[in-house]
Amino acid sequence: MNSLALFLTVFVACAVEAVEALTIVLAAGVTREWRSTLQGMAAALAVLAVAVAVIGPALTLVPLTGLRLVVGALLAVFGLQWLRKAILRASGYKDLHDEGAIYARQVAAAQAASGGGRRGVRDWYAFTLSFKGVLLEGLEVVFIAITFGDNQQNLGLAAAGAVAAVLVVAAVGVAVRAPLSRVPENTMKFAVGIMLTSFGVFWGAEGAGVSWPGNDAALLAVIPATALVALGYVALMRRAGAAASATAVPVERSAA
Amino acid sequence: MSRWLRSFGAFWYDFIIGDDWRGAAVVVAALAATAVCVHVASVNAWWLLPAAVIAALGWSLRRATFGRA
Repeated sequence: MNSLALFLTVFVACAVEAVEALTIVLAAGVTREWRSTLQGMAAALAVLAVAVAVIGPALTLVPLTGLRLVVGALLAVFGLQWLRKAILRASGYKDLHDEGAIYARQVAAAQAASGGGRRGVRDWYAFTLSFKGVLLEGLEVVFIAITFGDNQQNLGLAAAGAVAAVLVVAAVGVAVRAPLSRVPENTMKFAVGIMLTSFGVFWGAEGAGVSWPGNDAALLAVIPATALVALGYVALMRRAGAAASATAVPVERSAA
Repeated sequence: MSRWLRSFGAFWYDFIIGDDWRGAAVVVAALAATAVCVHVASVNAWWLLPAAVIAALGWSLRRATFGRA
């Protein structure tokens, strides 16, 4: 995989997570208090930085074959989970991810929560909401950046992709001061699910001892094949859903 | 302490595996079968894991949507 593909994959995956974290930080900051919100965000970023600094270099000590087997298995399982949710959303079996609606829910919860400070923080609720949001979304960023970076033995470039995504999303968030509802998040999640699953399958099989036909060029077949299968499942499920609704209507009418 | 450990384990389970553990089980079983094919039977079974993942995804989607249309 060339450097551009590594950078773009990590960038898109991390941008999706950054958009979700931004929604939570905005809800906490706008509704409660900015200082405590930013303290929570800074504390979470510090924890994530320590995780990257410790886990990233430690993983480079593991032999590449073993690393690819373990990381490939983890990515395949993780990617399968993403892809499953993305297909369910695309075929109408699960609600689409809507940042505007999530923001409204977070704001309502933040307005209802009681105030009060603790441990030198003025608003403990704003601090913990921001800390948890950034930490949880950030963990996915760290996981993706470390697994891709270590496998390609270019942790620096993967980290640069992740940091660039966070900076771009933060800059746009500061400019518009609203959740980024217009970002095509569901499409991006679908694409990320395809990439995570494809790379997981590729590295996992390689770690198990397989020699891919065409070596690294096999990825050029694995990624489109995964995309085709995913789109095929979406089409099948949409058709099944439409057929089921079509047969359900006459039954309801005849019962009425 | 045990409650903390349980929450910690539950968090990572949800983070990596999510709603359907069967997909993870199929991936692990397919990787083990691939390793056996390559190292014991000397068969370059590059097709095994992709096929297993496609099947696991279809199975998981079927379970998630069965009777819900």
